[in-house]
Amino acid sequence: MLSLSIREVSLALREGRISPTELCRKCLNRIKKTHYLNAYITVTEELALKQAQEAESRLLKGAPKGPLDGIPFAVKDNFCTENIKTTCASKMLKDYTPPYSATVVQKLLDQGAVLMGKTNLDEFAMGAGSTDSAFGPVRNPWSYATPYREQTGTEMDSDWVITGGSSGGSAAAVASLTSYLSLGSDTGGSTRNPGALCGVVALKPTYGLVSRHGLIPLVNSMDVPGIITRSVHDAATVLDILQGHDVKDSTTITHNPSTLTNLFDDFDVRNICVGIPKEYHAPGLSQETLAQWSRVADMFERAGARVEQVSLPHTQHSIVCYHVLCHTEVASNMARFDGLEYGHRSGVDSSTETMYSTTRHEGFNDVVRGRILSGNYFLLRQNYEHYFVKAQQVRRLIAEDFKRVFNSGVDVLLTPTTMSDAMRYTDFMQEDNRTRSAQEDIFTQPVNMAGLPAVSVPTALSNRGLPIGLQLIGPTLQDRKVLMVAQWIEQKVGFPPIRYHGDTGEGEMGEEVHEREQTSVV
Amino acid sequence: MAGSPAGTTALLCHLNKLIAIYSPTITYQRHGWCVIRRICTSVSRCRSQAQTKRKSAPQELVGVVGLEIHAQIHSNTKLFSGSQVGFQAPPNSLVSFFDASLPGTLPVLNRRCVEAAVMTGLALNCTINRKSLFDRKHYFYADLPAGYQITQQRLPIAVDGTLTYSHLGGRKRNTVVTKSVRIKQIQLEQDSGKSLHDDYRSQTLIDLNRAGVGLMELVMEPDMSCGEEAAAAVREMQLILQALGTCQGNMADYEIQRQMVVLESGGTVQNETRSFDGKTGHTIPMRDKEGLQDYRFMPEPNLPPLMVYEACSTAPPGVAPSQLVVLEEVRERLPELPSVRRQRLVETYGILPEHSFTLVNEDGLMDYFEAVVRETKAGPRKVIGWVMNELQGLLHQQNLSVSQSPISPQALAQILNLQENGQISSSIAKQVFQELWKTPGKTAQQIVKEHDLGMVNDSTEIHRICQKVVDSHPDQVQAIRGGNKKVLNKLMGLVQKETKGRADPVLVRAILEQKTS
Repeated sequence: MLSLSIREVSLALREGRISPTELCRKCLNRIKKTHYLNAYITVTEELALKQAQEAESRLLKGAPKGPLDGIPFAVKDNFCTENIKTTCASKMLKDYTPPYSATVVQKLLDQGAVLMGKTNLDEFAMGAGSTDSAFGPVRNPWSYATPYREQTGTEMDSDWVITGGSSGGSAAAVASLTSYLSLGSDTGGSTRNPGALCGVVALKPTYGLVSRHGLIPLVNSMDVPGIITRSVHDAATVLDILQGHDVKDSTTITHNPSTLTNLFDDFDVRNICVGIPKEYHAPGLSQETLAQWSRVADMFERAGARVEQVSLPHTQHSIVCYHVLCHTEVASNMARFDGLEYGHRSGVDSSTETMYSTTRHEGFNDVVRGRILSGNYFLLRQNYEHYFVKAQQVRRLIAEDFKRVFNSGVDVLLTPTTMSDAMRYTDFMQEDNRTRSAQEDIFTQPVNMAGLPAVSVPTALSNRGLPIGLQLIGPTLQDRKVLMVAQWIEQKVGFPPIRYHGDTGEGEMGEEVHEREQTSVV
Repeated sequence: MAGSPAGTTALLCHLNKLIAIYSPTITYQRHGWCVIRRICTSVSRCRSQAQTKRKSAPQELVGVVGLEIHAQIHSNTKLFSGSQVGFQAPPNSLVSFFDASLPGTLPVLNRRCVEAAVMTGLALNCTINRKSLFDRKHYFYADLPAGYQITQQRLPIAVDGTLTYSHLGGRKRNTVVTKSVRIKQIQLEQDSGKSLHDDYRSQTLIDLNRAGVGLMELVMEPDMSCGEEAAAAVREMQLILQALGTCQGNMADYEIQRQMVVLESGGTVQNETRSFDGKTGHTIPMRDKEGLQDYRFMPEPNLPPLMVYEACSTAPPGVAPSQLVVLEEVRERLPELPSVRRQRLVETYGILPEHSFTLVNEDGLMDYFEAVVRETKAGPRKVIGWVMNELQGLLHQQNLSVSQSPISPQALAQILNLQENGQISSSIAKQVFQELWKTPGKTAQQIVKEHDLGMVNDSTEIHRICQKVVDSHPDQVQAIRGGNKKVLNKLMGLVQKETKGRADPVLVRAILEQKTS
């Protein structure tokens, strides 16, 4: 039951095969069983059971609120949740309880979805491994699944691999079957990257399509709430609910977005043109990921789609400019954490200035402090033109690269999401956060620079038994098209469901995973 | 003078003089309508500072004054949040999540504030930018919760305007001198909160009620040459803003603490921001915050460009009409501006330009004048005389505002009507005015009656007094009869003295003429 998609479990709920409280309890149990993953910072058990109870009475009356009524979900801990701690995985906010909920969270609650808890992340979403959290790193559920265990043959508690990040907790929550959907945030790939490494569907909608109100920002001009599910159809269902104008976010689009339900009925792969950007054939790209990329491209070609090599010439400059822009906005956005109104306040208060600096020193980790420092440097009067303005100019060139390609008749771009499958934690930690962010976001951040929709779809397991994902990028506001193509891939690749080696603790797991719908054909 | 480099002393002495002249305008501030953050002064034609004060020096220092005025926008809610704007509310009672900079909150621009700035821009002949942008200005300060202020540094809403202002000049200070100052720009920005320093407990209390209230920063070019001009320009600006209703005139006194008049001596001499110490009359260097800090400006990413459209029809489709700021509509709502008002007063009432100037510039005086005119048979030119001399005289003498006048427009109209009806003479009218000022509860009629100031209408009595005067001044009568008619005035004066000014002068003249013929 836990490994079903939203569509399937929603049907099960309506048909009375399971009740929302039973489902909720199963998920809570599974959270406890997978506690070692460190996917959750806060588990909202009591609230979840209460919400499940309410959903249950609605379902009993035959009046569910919608497809998400009674469905357990998890939220990255950088989205505000009313009366529920929201920490950003930072000491600065470890005891912070917001008085309001983010628009996206509220929309899910309004649909009757059941909040299981708040998921772990890199502090303030700054990272690509979910390893830099004040609450410890997140472990990739696939580290404990049969394929990896069989390949490595090592002990359960060593050699585990990272989830990617920064929304590692959210990806792990969906991959480990503790929630049916989760919210991530995607600034440079933070949803798609862990989505790919954890073998789940990870959607980054068009900038402005989904409200950022209540998302504690990393980079306001690039942040987008991300959606993590086990199927593309589920992602579309959730996006349909989350998208649209929000008066509280002036950057949301004002016109009504197209509805995403039943969008896959009219899809014919022969009518689309898939672009393969040659610049994404980057040094360091693993053979296996490259092989998956070629495999899926060939699938398109064989199915009658047009597949073309295209060029996005400014791609190589993107990551550097992304970091300049990211750090400047970080420097600005973090200025509010001064210990006065909320959050951590240092006991050292000999002067206001001393209080500020010790509060910030104690509250932020090295990564955050480093970005604040460099961001402020880029914004200094004498540096502004050299760094910020130049980065903005390159950003425009990158956006124009995409525009030109899409205007030339390309419908979607197909790229790898990450360089390779998930790294072992011990290997990952050999390099610092900045280096890792530069490596890991290489294929994902240009999309954020241009504000485009993109989705990562799992396609296969590597030789190590770890997921590999591919990314589809579409023109602005063509989220629907991206999802249609993604679903086509999903149906063709036959990505295996997660299986746990000797997972006797949850006896049902063995059978359950087989129960999961294997890519229903439209 | 601490911290000022040697060699600038002469300059600063000179600037101090400017400030001394300027200081009267600071009293406007005590009523708190707006804040003058900065006076920019720069010096041109400054060759040798040490010598410039000598009379023989070929080139004199010329002071130049520019102003930045921060006017609080009159609106119900704040610039980027829905919390109310109020001045007497308990501390921190008007604070939204955004105002407190809670993480995850975003700014939502208040259309009313934009319209206020657009209207002000139009009134000041500015070019309204069809697209303007918001920026973040960073600095750490306890009453700035986000660590930055949202302002318009790069592309403000309005630019390149002019403010035409006048002041009374000439030897008798009755000539209207008209000048103009260029308006560099008008920018929208957030106000900060308020810090209350408790030195006793050495702690600072923060009130965020004001945090996020909309401000218009009006930047004037340094086109003014002295404090008097600056004062006149500020007054004209205040009148315009009040007429527009874009800035309220009756805010509380709390602004005082923020009132710093800053000198920036420019040019080749030095670049330093200085503040004016009202107690000592000296300038002192301001805190580092203003002088040295790099504000690390960057574009505000959470607000799309602010668009202003010429007409509804030029706006792109899909934008809700309630969200549009349309120039055409704002222009239609422009009220009568002070300059137009003065012109109208001159044309309607036939009064002198300097009188119209005073009427408009003194709070409530024009309304007072027009109320008197409405209620009296006396002509406007007679009324203006009374308002300018009797009323203004006593108000100034006792340091009262027009609204505090013990004599209402209706009471003054009654006095004038008594005079018009021939019930009292003009000199008695003035006497009644003085009496009424002292005992405002009474009516003019009561005072006339109590003090027996009414006209002597009994013609036998007047005849008797006239006869008495004629009889006792034979020499003068002789002169009149000899053709020197001017002497008659002397006899008239004597009669009025006898009647305490209560006899009808026309009647007295007729009787005297008859008796001396």
